[in-house]
Amino acid sequence: MAKVKGSIVVDIEKCKGCEVCIPACPTDVIRLAEDVNGKGYHYAYMENPDNCTGCVNCAIVCPDGVITVYRKKVE
Amino acid sequence: MAEKIINKDIVKEENLVYKKTDLLTDKPLSYCPGCGHGTAHRLVMEVVEELNVQEETIGIAPVGCSVLAYEFMDIDMQQAAHGRAPALATAIKRLYPEKYVFTYQGDGDLAAIGTAETIHACNRGENITIIFVNNGIYGMTGGQMAPTTLPGMKSSTSPYGRDVQSMGAPMKMTELVAQLPGTYFVTRQAVHTPSAVRKAKKAIKKAFENQKLKKGLSFVEIVSNCNSGWKMTPLKSNEWMVDNMFPAYPLGDIKVPEE
Repeated sequence: MAKVKGSIVVDIEKCKGCEVCIPACPTDVIRLAEDVNGKGYHYAYMENPDNCTGCVNCAIVCPDGVITVYRKKVE
Repeated sequence: MAEKIINKDIVKEENLVYKKTDLLTDKPLSYCPGCGHGTAHRLVMEVVEELNVQEETIGIAPVGCSVLAYEFMDIDMQQAAHGRAPALATAIKRLYPEKYVFTYQGDGDLAAIGTAETIHACNRGENITIIFVNNGIYGMTGGQMAPTTLPGMKSSTSPYGRDVQSMGAPMKMTELVAQLPGTYFVTRQAVHTPSAVRKAKKAIKKAFENQKLKKGLSFVEIVSNCNSGWKMTPLKSNEWMVDNMFPAYPLGDIKVPEE
């Protein structure tokens, strides 16, 4: 069976660090970074990038629409 | 744009599955972190994009937190006086019956100062769509009590909790307008989890498609959080919403057109 791998790209400067994406992720990929962005918010990033399946759950609950999702089939 | 790209072999144009719709402008949303308004904005714009009617859609912005909706939605917008969005939408829809007209209102706008406009627009059965974002509080002005504030809920004007005896019980606008003969489709949704967002999007899409049928008004309530007004973190406010708001404002379709 082909495996699906995903990846997200977070627009760091627009992320407000609300954490709504973290419980939305079924594979526990997202965490808030230690660093802050220009506005002083801790931004979301991929802590466990290998687990991402590209299910878009995080992107559709993101109130600010900062998450872009990519998905690819790997053999 | 500041971005950290980790998986360079996956992050390619051909593997793109989801990105923010182009109908939302690139301006950063003025809402607090975790506010449901942003998701509601995006859903409305995604529906407009999917129906491919951005040239034929006119939105009415309210007064309240979402007063700047016209800055974020890249379609024709008009901002209405406080609570008067359904009246303005009525005028626009009657002048341009072929356009898709929607209002986007909060609970302070729709359920307090605009009660008369809302109820009469619903009663006349104007062919418009009303998106009603209900967070049980006046968010923009500093968390005052709204008509939709729950009994016992603390706000800056009810610091000991809403006392039903002296301040009345919360007003359920969605149930109220469902009883009027002019409404065609009335539903209540939320945007706090992925499944709720998907359901809400379906409801908004149906509400927009109903405008072509010319059978009456479509009313979509979105129960949302107000973490700043409720003095909670975004995640905590979503939990509180599930525990307290949903029993008072149960999700689901309230009036569905008969097939």
